[in-house]
This record gives sequence, structure tokens and C-alpha cells, in this order.
Amino acid sequence: MIPDLGKYADAVLWSYAVSIGLMLALVAISVMRGRKVRSEMEKVEQRVARNG
Amino acid sequence: MIALLLRDLKLAFRAGGGFGLGLAFFLIVTVLVPFAVGPQSALLSTIAPGILWLGALLACLLSLDRLLALDWEDGSLDLLATAPLPLEAIVSIKALAHWITTGLPLVLAAPFLGILLNLPPSGFFWLVISLLLGTPAMSVIGIFGAALTVGLKRGGLLLSLLVLPLYVPTLIFGAEVARRGATGMDTQTPLLMLAGITAATIALLPFASAAVLRINLR
Amino acid sequence: MTIAARANTLWEYANPRKFLATSERILPFFWITSALCLMVGLVWGFFFTPDDYKQGSTVKIIYLHVPAALMAINCWLMMLVTSLIWLVRRHHVSALAARAAAPVGIVMTLIALATGAIWGQPMWGTWWAWDPRLTSFLILFLFYLGYVALWEAIEDPDTAADLTSVLCLVGSVFAILSRYAVNFWNQGLHQGASVMRAGAITGTDTEEKVSNIFFYPLLICIIGFVLLFIALILYRTGTEIRARRVKALLARERVGG
Repeated sequence: MIPDLGKYADAVLWSYAVSIGLMLALVAISVMRGRKVRSEMEKVEQRVARNG
Repeated sequence: MIALLLRDLKLAFRAGGGFGLGLAFFLIVTVLVPFAVGPQSALLSTIAPGILWLGALLACLLSLDRLLALDWEDGSLDLLATAPLPLEAIVSIKALAHWITTGLPLVLAAPFLGILLNLPPSGFFWLVISLLLGTPAMSVIGIFGAALTVGLKRGGLLLSLLVLPLYVPTLIFGAEVARRGATGMDTQTPLLMLAGITAATIALLPFASAAVLRINLR
Repeated sequence: MTIAARANTLWEYANPRKFLATSERILPFFWITSALCLMVGLVWGFFFTPDDYKQGSTVKIIYLHVPAALMAINCWLMMLVTSLIWLVRRHHVSALAARAAAPVGIVMTLIALATGAIWGQPMWGTWWAWDPRLTSFLILFLFYLGYVALWEAIEDPDTAADLTSVLCLVGSVFAILSRYAVNFWNQGLHQGASVMRAGAITGTDTEEKVSNIFFYPLLICIIGFVLLFIALILYRTGTEIRARRVKALLARERVGG
């Protein structure tokens, strides 16, 4: 499946692992924070709307 | 304008003004380097120009947060902002005062410290010239950083983080002049670049520093 | 007070609301297309391209290194533009977009640095070579850090937006200066040769020719990175807008409004 990367296999695989890992982490953290802030905003908005 | 300059100079020379601190730091760093890299004169000779430049740069950095902090705390910065002098001029004068009390002493001390690090004979002249041209830029850039962080509680560390990348071009060309001078090579190109950067920062950066101070004084 | 009038005073500017509404609609497009492009590009590049005769299989690293490096720089440029827009036109969305973009730029720079170093190791035998391009990215990384640190340090959001905008402007000038300085600084060591042969492979170096085999998957990867960048910026700016609204609402509550 994985092509014969020869003697540079480590370098190539680590590059891909680090890069893709960092990108996924960035997306995950962004989405998690986004969800948290969004739900907090809805909570506060409802409270404000109720209180008048 | 002269009055402001003299006032700042007097403040720096007073006890607690921090004068001499930069110089002492420069000396300490220079003394520590052989302990860190070993005492072989050949090695020290090679790295002397760079180490001296780095030491001067760090010593300049040290005195930066005092630059505006005291005036900020006792409200004189607000007063100065409303003075008839344009803020750009005030900022330039403060940078000048900083250079006179910090940069210039470093330039004068550098040759003596060069002896400690086995600086090659041809290097002394170029070391002094490069520092003479480079330290004003460090004061002007430094006051920009100080203006950004004035009033922050732990501004010192952030100040370093902001200012050090801005010092890189000056450091590269300045150290290059010192290095080439020490090995007898032609110093024209880095010297011109160094002088150009210093001239440009002196002319332009005060506008940015003044703008930043206005923002912070709002 | 009617709800509508209330809504207008709570949302100080119409822009944020329109921004959120529009970005909600177009975000799914960007998430999906970026994921597709990245998958296609990386799979094509990793599995279906040959090795470079000089660099062996490490050439496959370009599919990550080059797009990341491009995005690291483009991100800073975007921050520069949005900072200028903030300083001139005071659109809050612009300032928040710059703030949202910085961490993305940091990650892109990190990827560029990491892949550059990992690529360099088998080529040069050391984990880090002070190659001019890598060094410039290291300096860019420091500029990003300073920018983010300044945002975090200032309490008042408008002041923070102003100060970081000026920092971005001044920093950009010095970043360009540094690029020239670093090139000058390292010209003696690695004369002409560079750790990154990406330029040679894609034909951006004038001596070597474009090699289509490598070029198309690389192009798709670059497009994928750009789309991902846009998606992240839209999403993260939305988060910043909402966070700002929460702060405003809470402050209003405390005052008793």
C-alpha cells in the first residue's frame, strides 16, 4: 500500500504525521472553542431576553 | 526640547535612574561567555564581534521598560502629550536620552571588553563604528516597544518579545561589520545597510511610537 | 423598548450580524472543498508520484511544506490588510479577523519549519540548517508570537486592536528587512544551494523546468490549504464576534441594563 519510500521513509512519514496532526489539532481546537462560545452566547442572550 | 532632554538625562543619572546598569550587564555577559564556551583564545577571537554586539543589544534591551514607565506612573506622560511640542519630537528626544545614557556608554566600553574576548586588533575600530551606528536604532526601536507595553504590569518580558525580532536586521548587519572588520574584509555593504536602517528608523519610527502613545494615553 | 430597538443597541454595528449570517451559509462549502482538495492532492502526491532522482522520496514533503510556507506568509499579509482596514475604517470585524488569523499563521509557520527541518536532516545531516528561507520563517514565527502576546496582554479590546494593528504594520516592514538581512547573512555559507529544492521541482527556479508530475498535485494541495485557511478564518472570526458579544452582554448585565 505505502509506496517504497526507501531510506527516507522516516523523514517523509514524520513530516506527514506532524503536519496533518497540527492541522487537525488547529481545526479541532477552533471548533471546540467555537462551540463553547456559541452556546455561551445563546445562554446569555436567552437570559437577557427573559430579564427584559 | 533641550529642557526635556536635560530632564531625562538628569533622571537617568540620579540614584535609581538605572544608569550604569546596562554597562554592568554588558560587562557581566562578556565575562560569562568564556565560562560558557571555554577559554581558547582562537575561539574567543572568532566569536568576539558577535558576542560583543549581542551583549550590547541585550544591555540596551534591559533599560527599555524604564524608559516610559516612570513617566507613565506619575502622570508626566499625560502632561507631555498635551505640551506644545509634538509627541513625535518628545519620543525622539526620549530615544536620544536613552542612547546617551545607555547606548553611548556601551559603545565606549566595547573596546575594553573586546580585550577580554581577544578581539583581533583590526576589529576594534569597526566594532566601535558599527555599535555607534547601530545603538541609536536600538534606542528608537526600543522606545516603540516601550510605547506599546507602557502601563502593562509585566510589560518587560512582552517588551523583549516584541523588540528582539525588530532588532534582527540591525544585529545582522552590525555584527557583520564587526566580524568583517576583525578579519580584515571589506565592510562597505553591511556598513551602508546598517547606516540606512538606523537613518530610516530614526526618521520614521517616532511617528509610529507617537501614534502608539496616543492610543495608550486615551 | 421594542426587541428590534434593543437588538440594535446591543449589536453596535450591523456588520458583525451580516458577517455571521453570510459566513454561516458559505462555511460548509469551504470546509468540504478544502477537505476534498487536501485529500485528493495529498493522496495523489504521496501515492502516485515518483521519487526525485536527487532527493529520493523526500520530494513528497513538498506537498505539505510549500503550501504551508505560502499560507504562513499569506496569513501575515491578510493580517496586514485587515489591520489597515481597522485603522482606517474601524470595522470591528476586520480587527477580529486579524486576531483570528494569527494562530492559523502560527500553525502554518510551524508546519513549514518542521517539514523544513525534517527534510533537511537527511539532506544536510543536521536537524537545523540556518538556511535563509528557514531562518526567515523562524523570524516570522517570532513576529506571530509577539502579535498574539500583545493581543492577550491588553485588556481593552479597542486599544488592543489598535496596538496590534500598528505592531503588524511596523513588524511587516521589519520582516521584509529581515528577509534581506538574512539572505545577506547566509550567502557565504550555503552558496546558491538551499535545503528546499521545491523551487527547482516546481520550476520557480529559473534553471530547472516545470515537472508536470509534481506540479499538479502540488497545485491541488495549495488550493486545499487556501480553502482551509478561508474556512478557518471565517469560522474563527465568527467565534471572536460571538465572544465579543458575550462580553458586551455580560457587561451590560452587570451595569443593570
